[in-house]
Parts: sequence; structure tokens; C-alpha cells
Amino acid sequence: MESNTGREKVVVAQDLTKVFDGLTAVKGISFTVERGERVGFLGPNGAGKTTTIRMLYGMSPPTTGSLSVLGLDVRDDIRDIKRRIGVVPQETNLDTDLSVRENLEVYANYFGIPKKPASERIHELLAFMQLEERADTMVDTLSGGMKRRLLLARALLNNPELLILDEPTTGLDPQARHLIWDRLKSLQEQNVTLILTTHYMDEASRLCDRIIIMDEGSIIAEGIPLDLIETHVSSEALEIRVAEGQREALQELLVPKSEYFETQQDTYVFFARAADELMQAVKDAGFEIEYALLRRSTLEDVFLKLTGRRLRD
Amino acid sequence: MKSLVKTARSISPAGVIRMWYRNWKIFRKVFWFAAAPNFLEPVIYLTALGIGLGLLVQDIEGLSYVQFLAPGLLGSTVMYASSFETTYSSFIRMKYEKTYDAVLATPLSIEDVIAGEILWGATRGYINALTFLGVIAIFGYVDSAAALLLIPLLFVFAALFAIIGMTYTALVSNINLFNYYFTLFITPLFLFSGIFFPISTLPAWAQKLALFTPLYHVVLVCRGLALGRLDQDVFTSIFITVAFTAVLFLVPITIMRNRLIK
Repeated sequence: MESNTGREKVVVAQDLTKVFDGLTAVKGISFTVERGERVGFLGPNGAGKTTTIRMLYGMSPPTTGSLSVLGLDVRDDIRDIKRRIGVVPQETNLDTDLSVRENLEVYANYFGIPKKPASERIHELLAFMQLEERADTMVDTLSGGMKRRLLLARALLNNPELLILDEPTTGLDPQARHLIWDRLKSLQEQNVTLILTTHYMDEASRLCDRIIIMDEGSIIAEGIPLDLIETHVSSEALEIRVAEGQREALQELLVPKSEYFETQQDTYVFFARAADELMQAVKDAGFEIEYALLRRSTLEDVFLKLTGRRLRD
Repeated sequence: MKSLVKTARSISPAGVIRMWYRNWKIFRKVFWFAAAPNFLEPVIYLTALGIGLGLLVQDIEGLSYVQFLAPGLLGSTVMYASSFETTYSSFIRMKYEKTYDAVLATPLSIEDVIAGEILWGATRGYINALTFLGVIAIFGYVDSAAALLLIPLLFVFAALFAIIGMTYTALVSNINLFNYYFTLFITPLFLFSGIFFPISTLPAWAQKLALFTPLYHVVLVCRGLALGRLDQDVFTSIFITVAFTAVLFLVPITIMRNRLIK
């Protein structure tokens, strides 16, 4: 299948719905992912991200709508689809009685990769994920970061064309996260398509060419990170707190000059194309500034604007 | 029925073997500290009851107590090893180790995974039973060439208990519920299936009930073939156990699919 950009479509979802025991987890979403793209699904807990991802690899058959992966229908050809994709799960599900290398050997066997090519591929992947020295270590003695690296190595055994990652760096220290990000970037250079879910906005901005934000089972925004920021907030932000009696006056002054604003307890965040002009206006008007920060707007600002601050679970 | 047909169609022999191989690989690795004690259990029973208690018990059906007991314990050996494997062990893999989730992200189907688990559970029971059969043969408690028929049949018996265990596992949500399975199902079978005393000593209603339980038939076949007492009942019980194994095989796989793929 070719899209108007001329690139092959790796995933095509149309009016995809998933109902569990009368509860609609995914409400008629449509999206496409092209070959070599890196697409991030963002959304609060319960938004339907994980359900959507699970539908991609057959763990959850769609209730209605159509879903094709690599040109094959998930309802009819899931075994062929699974041969050509890799999945990094949210929860660690390694074989704890086996060593790092044995885990990979057993997994390669599920794909029917013969012994010799499997052992070559395992050698390559251990190097790629910096696990060579741990090859014969039992899995239950590995750190969280090493386990995640092993999960990623495992997902790459069959040279997948599409890699699906459910919260790939949740709970990892910064060093481990950076290593995973770095490896995922080099996979993109090999034209592997990535689909991931994450709660970390910095991860999404760094890794993804395109973001799909879901809430309550629907897609509520979609686009490249910078465009989403431009469209939904504005490129820059001024976080400011002034003396208590001056807050209303501040709001009167800045709201007309901003594209969007928010209050977080006693602090305001005003969004504008040039936030330094807002700052100048505040200074000129002689406000008593207790705290001020000029910064670039982030995906997190967009996310909070679109999905609100209400806790979800 | 339609769902069972779907199950049969979604099983790939290569996939089943690959799932089985995973368990086999781990079994070999942990054998000495995890699996080896299982082999000793029937030998301990045989020694304590056959030789110890046997001194106090008169001959049963023209057999010394230990001769009566030994082939009966073959039946319980098959039952216990297979039952543990597809209850506690499978449940831990499914619920705590998330092994099934890991495997389901590969070309294996849920049907391959559960069929492979059953095949593995059967293999565990079979390994233990064959070992025990060898032990009692060496001690001279097997005295018929008909016992050779046990070599394939013990595998069927092991599969039958693996299937029944997996069916229970597919239905329960909490690991503590396996206590009920063992206390209310497996233990009564162990005690009242004719292993330790002939069921003809039980009240008539209990004898009838025994006819509807799997271990009764398994023990009857084990004893009949080991001692070369080949009457009509032995062949009827062979037919019943083989037929039930074949008929029930797809049931736990189907229930598991409906549970895990949704």
C-alpha cells in the first residue's frame, strides 16, 4: 500500500473499536504508520494506548473496524504478522531460570531460527545492547536497566520490520534510558518502524517523528511534536508568580497578549510566540515578581491542556 | 463446538513443540534441585507401606501387599507429576512470570502455547512414571510382557491428568484455589481409586462413583498389565482413558484462549 507521501504503510487502522465486557476501551480510531516512522502514543492511564498496541500483535482482536499490519489483516494472518514484528512489553517477562544467552536462544526457537544463525544473531545483539559480559549471567540477578536491554535484544532477534514498545523506559535510571534511546535511534537508521507508548513527554519529543494523543478511547490530537506545540499552546511559555494582590491585574495585562494560559496554584503560565515580550510588559507595568521563568513550551504543556489535570486512576 | 474446531485449526505442531522445548530446557537445567525429589516419592511410599504395613496385611486377590501396591502407585505417580505441572507450574508461568505473554508476541498462537504446556505436563508425568515402572520391574513387581503396553499408555494417562489440571487452571483466578483441587479432587482419588485397597471393600455407591473417576481406570490398567491379569475390565478402562484424553484435549485450550485473548 502506498500513501500520498509515497512511503509504504506499515499499519492502517480504520474505525477501530474494542469493547471489553460492555466497556468501550477504544472508540473508533483511525490512524496510519508509514515505514521507517517513529510514532508515539501518549495518553493518561486508561486512555486506550495499551489496548491499541495489543490489537497490533493479536493479543486483543478488534471488536469492529479494520486493522492491517505490514499489509496483512490482524484477524486472519496474525501468525505471519508476528513473524515480522518485535514486541517489547511493559512488564518484564524473561525466563528467570535461564541465563541472558539462554533466554535469547529459547526465544529464537519460537521463531524457528536455526541454531547457527540464531547464535550469530545473539552474538550481534548482545554487543548491540552492551550485554556481552552478562551473557552467562542468570536473569534474576540483572538490574532493571539490563533486563530492559535484554527485552529489547529479544524483540530484535527476528530482524523485525516493525518494533512495538510499551513504555520502554519506565522505571529506568537516566543512563539506562539514554542507552535505550540511543539504540532506538540507530534502529531507525536501519529503517525499522517504531511504535511506542510512553508517559514521558521528553521521551516522546526525542524519539518520535509523530505523536498520537489518546484520551478515553479516542485520538484527540495527532502531529509532529513541534506542530502540536505550536497549534495547541504556543512556542514559548512564561511561568510567573507575583505578589498576592496583583494577580488579577497580571491576568488582565497578559491574557490578551497570550495565546493560552493556565494557572497552577499561585503561579500562572502564559503561552505566546515571544514570551520575552510578555516578561517585558510585566516589568514595565512594575509588578512585584516573586518568581519568573521563560522557557520553550513542551509536549507536556500540550498534553496537560488536552487531557486536563484530573487524576485517572 | 465451533470454538473447538477453531482451536484445532489454530494449533501448529511446530509451535507446540517449541513451547514444549522451552519447558524441557528449563527442566534439564533445574533438575537436580527442583525435580529430582519427585522421583523418590513413590519409592518412599512403596517402602513404607508395601514393606512396613505389608507385614500386617493379609494377601489381597492372591497377591502380597507390596505386589498389590506397586502397580497402583504407578497410577498415582502419573497423576501427581502431571497435575502439579499444569496447575501450580502453569499458573505461575501464566500469572506471575508472564511467560505466555512473552511467547504470544512470537509466531506461536495461544493454542500452541497451551497445547505445548499440556504436552509438557504429560511428559513430566511420563518421565516419573517410566522411572517408577523401571524401579518396580527391577524389584520384580512386574511379571508380564503385557506391561510393555504401559510404555505408550502411561503417556496417555499422564496427558489425561495434564488436561484435567489445565482445565482447572484455565478457570481459576487465584493460586490458592489449587488447594481445593488437590484436597478435594486429587487426594480422594489417590486414596479411593484402588491403590491401597480394592474398591470392592467400599460401599456400593462409592464403588459406582469410582467408575466415573480417572484414577480408578488408570490404576486398574496399570495393575492388570503389570501383573498380566488381562480381563474385560482392563480393556474397557484402556478405551475409556484414551477416549477421554482425546475428547477433552481441546477443552482447556479453548477456555484458555477465551480467557487470555480478549
